[in-house]
Amino acid sequence: MTTLQPPAAAKRRPDRPPAKRDRRSWTGWGFIGPFVAVFALVFLAPIVYSIYLSLFRDQLIGGTTFVGLDNYTQALKDEQFWDSLARVALFLAVQVPIMLGIALLIALALDSGRLYGKDFFRIVIFLPYAVPAVVATLMWGFMYGTKYGLVGDINSAFDVTLPDPLSSDLVLASIGNIVTWEFIGYNMLIFYSALRVIPSSLYEAAEIDGAGQFRVISAIKLPAIRGALVIATIFSIIGSFQLFNEPAILRPLARNAITTDFTPNFYTYSLSFNGQQHNYSAAVAIIMGLITMVIAYVVQLRGMRKGA
Amino acid sequence: MRRTTRRLMRGLAVLSVLALGATACGGSDDDSSGQKPVSADDIQAALKKGGSVTVWAWEPTLKSVAADFQKKYPKVKINLVGERSGDKHYTALSNAISAKKGVPDVAQVEYFAMSQYALTKGLSDLTPFGADKLKSKYTPGPWNAVSEGKATYGLPMDSGPMALFYNKKVFDKYKIAVPTTWDEYVEAARKLHEADPKVFIAADAGDAGLTTSLLWQAGSRPYKVDGTKVSINFDDAGAKKYTATWQKLIDEKLVAPINGWTDDWYKGLGDGTIATLPSGAWMPANFETGVKNASGDWRAAPMPAWTKGDKASTENGGSALTVPALGKNKELAYAFVEYANSGDGVATRIKEGAFPATTAELQDNAFLNKEFPYFGGQKANEIFAESAANVASDWSYLPFQQYANSIFNDTVGKAYIGDTKLSAGLKSWQDASIKYGKEQGFTVD
Amino acid sequence: MSSSVTTASQPAPAQNSGGSKGVPRLRTRKGHVPGRPKRSVLLTVLTGLILLYTVVPLVWLVISATKTQEGLADSSGLWFSNDFALWDNISQTFSYHDGIFVRWLLNTLLYVVLGAGGATLLAILGGYALAKFTFPGKRAVFAVVIGAVAVPGTALAVPTFLMFSKMGLTDTPWAVIIPSLVSPFGLYLMWVFATEAIPNELMEAARIDGAGEIRTFFQVALPLLAPGTVTVLLFTTVATWNNYFLPLIMLKDPDWYPLTLGLDAWNNQAQTIGGDVIFNLVITGSLLTIIPLIAAFLLLQRFWQSGLAAGSVKE
Repeated sequence: MTTLQPPAAAKRRPDRPPAKRDRRSWTGWGFIGPFVAVFALVFLAPIVYSIYLSLFRDQLIGGTTFVGLDNYTQALKDEQFWDSLARVALFLAVQVPIMLGIALLIALALDSGRLYGKDFFRIVIFLPYAVPAVVATLMWGFMYGTKYGLVGDINSAFDVTLPDPLSSDLVLASIGNIVTWEFIGYNMLIFYSALRVIPSSLYEAAEIDGAGQFRVISAIKLPAIRGALVIATIFSIIGSFQLFNEPAILRPLARNAITTDFTPNFYTYSLSFNGQQHNYSAAVAIIMGLITMVIAYVVQLRGMRKGA
Repeated sequence: MRRTTRRLMRGLAVLSVLALGATACGGSDDDSSGQKPVSADDIQAALKKGGSVTVWAWEPTLKSVAADFQKKYPKVKINLVGERSGDKHYTALSNAISAKKGVPDVAQVEYFAMSQYALTKGLSDLTPFGADKLKSKYTPGPWNAVSEGKATYGLPMDSGPMALFYNKKVFDKYKIAVPTTWDEYVEAARKLHEADPKVFIAADAGDAGLTTSLLWQAGSRPYKVDGTKVSINFDDAGAKKYTATWQKLIDEKLVAPINGWTDDWYKGLGDGTIATLPSGAWMPANFETGVKNASGDWRAAPMPAWTKGDKASTENGGSALTVPALGKNKELAYAFVEYANSGDGVATRIKEGAFPATTAELQDNAFLNKEFPYFGGQKANEIFAESAANVASDWSYLPFQQYANSIFNDTVGKAYIGDTKLSAGLKSWQDASIKYGKEQGFTVD
Repeated sequence: MSSSVTTASQPAPAQNSGGSKGVPRLRTRKGHVPGRPKRSVLLTVLTGLILLYTVVPLVWLVISATKTQEGLADSSGLWFSNDFALWDNISQTFSYHDGIFVRWLLNTLLYVVLGAGGATLLAILGGYALAKFTFPGKRAVFAVVIGAVAVPGTALAVPTFLMFSKMGLTDTPWAVIIPSLVSPFGLYLMWVFATEAIPNELMEAARIDGAGEIRTFFQVALPLLAPGTVTVLLFTTVATWNNYFLPLIMLKDPDWYPLTLGLDAWNNQAQTIGGDVIFNLVITGSLLTIIPLIAAFLLLQRFWQSGLAAGSVKE
């Protein structure tokens, strides 16, 4: 669990000594202690407990037995687990670039000063972030209805037959759409905030060089907000790998398309709550956590190194 | 600061002890055997003494029952908790049982999930309270579901003998006769869909409850359970009858791919695009609240038969009230269960639209002659009672039916989206259920 | 688990600058692009498409909230039906089941005040410590925090439930509040923010004046952290307001439900034998649930945006 470095902070400031090198004492703990204590209770203790649980097997008949790493070897050979992982990997490869790409384009558009009604755009596009995932999913679920939802309305208004967004071919894309809708504005704001604080001196240099709009974007703006891009990507990766709320709430509308092993997180949930297989579920979750950490770490390393 | 630090470290130490403490209690060894009989006097004494009873149940009619009960026994407080049903209800119940804390005194459990909780000793045997003596009051299907050998794990609350609900207006409009066999049903489906491509004979996107009920009616007995010995086989004659018929409906796209209980489903029932609904006798209450705008359009009819003239019927849904093994105040809990499901509560519940599991009420004239304004004044209870009397016997669910049902759409569901045939879907459901059963320590073949 | 990273993508701002001292502020932009940029209709229209995409579902929600259960069935989603039932729906939402919606609203407020408020406080203290002190195990702290966030919360739900149950916390507000107290994203944001916002010289000066650590924190650091605090508070509020999964596992008693859980229960009511079908109230309730948050965002936007900007300082 020592993979991820703290945000660039510690790493890239050799020129700036910590506040008080000589105060290498426990004082800091006095301040961070409360956070760490609660964190230990609600994150670490359950994780430790899960690791412990993952070494056992509990049966409806026969009770609990110690099985060592059996649950892990079983999980590594579990097709359902790998299929679900492949599904979120696909989701990650398609949805995250689209979401972050659009968010970035809007942020650049806002920052360019070429939009009419800039503030209006910024605020309205951000609004979906304030909509709880439960509400967003219920809402989109109603709209996806091909008979009476918005899709159905479009079908009857224009006399067309749109494909069913909840069919098994499209349901992943439909979930991607909900997630994109929820988080475009949020990511847009992150990027926009980063763009806003690029020092004028950089632009002045470009002005002297006579660089055009796109040159300014590629040579100045994007490199300047690379940190924000990397962090947004990492959190999006974690978010994708943990995809759960949206498929879970959408499932009553599409039981055949959204299987109980739709995403790794959904799979651990089903194992645990439908199957009472808490031990195996814990093992799958631990493996998933490790995979997520490794990927996030790799992205961070690559992202930070590129062009640095 | 120093002191703060030390206190902090101590706090952390306490936390880790707590975590370990939780760890140490992972195993389970509850034991609820060896109860002494509880006499009626004991129960009366407990009722006089009073106390509170926590009831986890979503059945809406229990609200009035609880109020009446408290009026009758002013010292008893019924705490009815019922915002959740289905999976979420069982999740909460199982979690409380494994934590051995916060377990309710009374819990509603559907018939299909009974044996799972009974087998894992989650429920009290109510025989010592005299529950077994009530056997003759109930119809055989529900009683079969709550009892196992000599033990009685609950009292049946309602039952769901099935009937075919149909939209008369639609059938009249296209001059189609109401099907009495499943072959006629397929014919009617074709005619309806041909007459208006927007109309489907039914909505079915794969529902474990409906499929098992239809298998039950068709004479299939896929699950055989003897203690921890279980066999699962979807390859009998009854199942073949079912798959042959239903495969036609799916292949010819005669059933609307709409999941039950969704917004679209309710709307389809209301606007005539879903023409029939095979369902349990508890359905009228849902029609009345969920499909208000189609009042007068619908009627009930007996279930279509698998062979002409065969009267065999089946059950869908229905649940019992149980007394969890880890609940407190068992005398009071039992007193409430008895009141609600065998005593005065039954009449109250029927009045509010519930469908009983007790024979006396099912044969009662007032009950049978009740006219349903929603069904255009039809005496629908006659049909339901007839169905209840004809429910085919010896059906049993798996002791892990809850899990099996949860993966129904992962397996059989594939047939509904055209990836495979229904029979193959049932086979993979069978395989997955067998795999799980073996993992859980059952002897499965 | 419950905290900021359960929902899909929740990125954080990044990167921290060397150099600049004092409180970072939104820089007013002057002259960084040659002249004043010409406004572009094309660009506005293109961005307008995205705006449409974000707004249509919200419009749908507002319009649907004006319809009765029957009206929902009969009319098209993007236009009003004949009977305008918004006020009726609202009063029904508030009065249904003896006004349980009001109770859920108050619960949510309680969780926000204690959960999000507490999370912000812990994040401020923690971020301050990470930014301004060197202490044993400092490097490990954030690595462990991020690592733990990567473990899927759903699988931790059962262990957490069992632990909380042992402590007698399940089915009480604490089961929702305590997990809400941890906001890794908040900690990160405060760390970055505190590094920038509090000049070391100022802290030194306070110490030379004989101020203890606690006084230094309250008198020197805290006021400087105000913009960041508002930002973190708003994000932890959203996380708490939207919290769904953990309360679902922890709470059985509907009297303690937050709004999200209550709406979900209403939605599921349609799946219950004999249950009342109230999709119209689910929709109106959803609308009422998001209005306070949207209002808070709009009213406080000046504050939290400057905090966010400061948190995402350039290199």
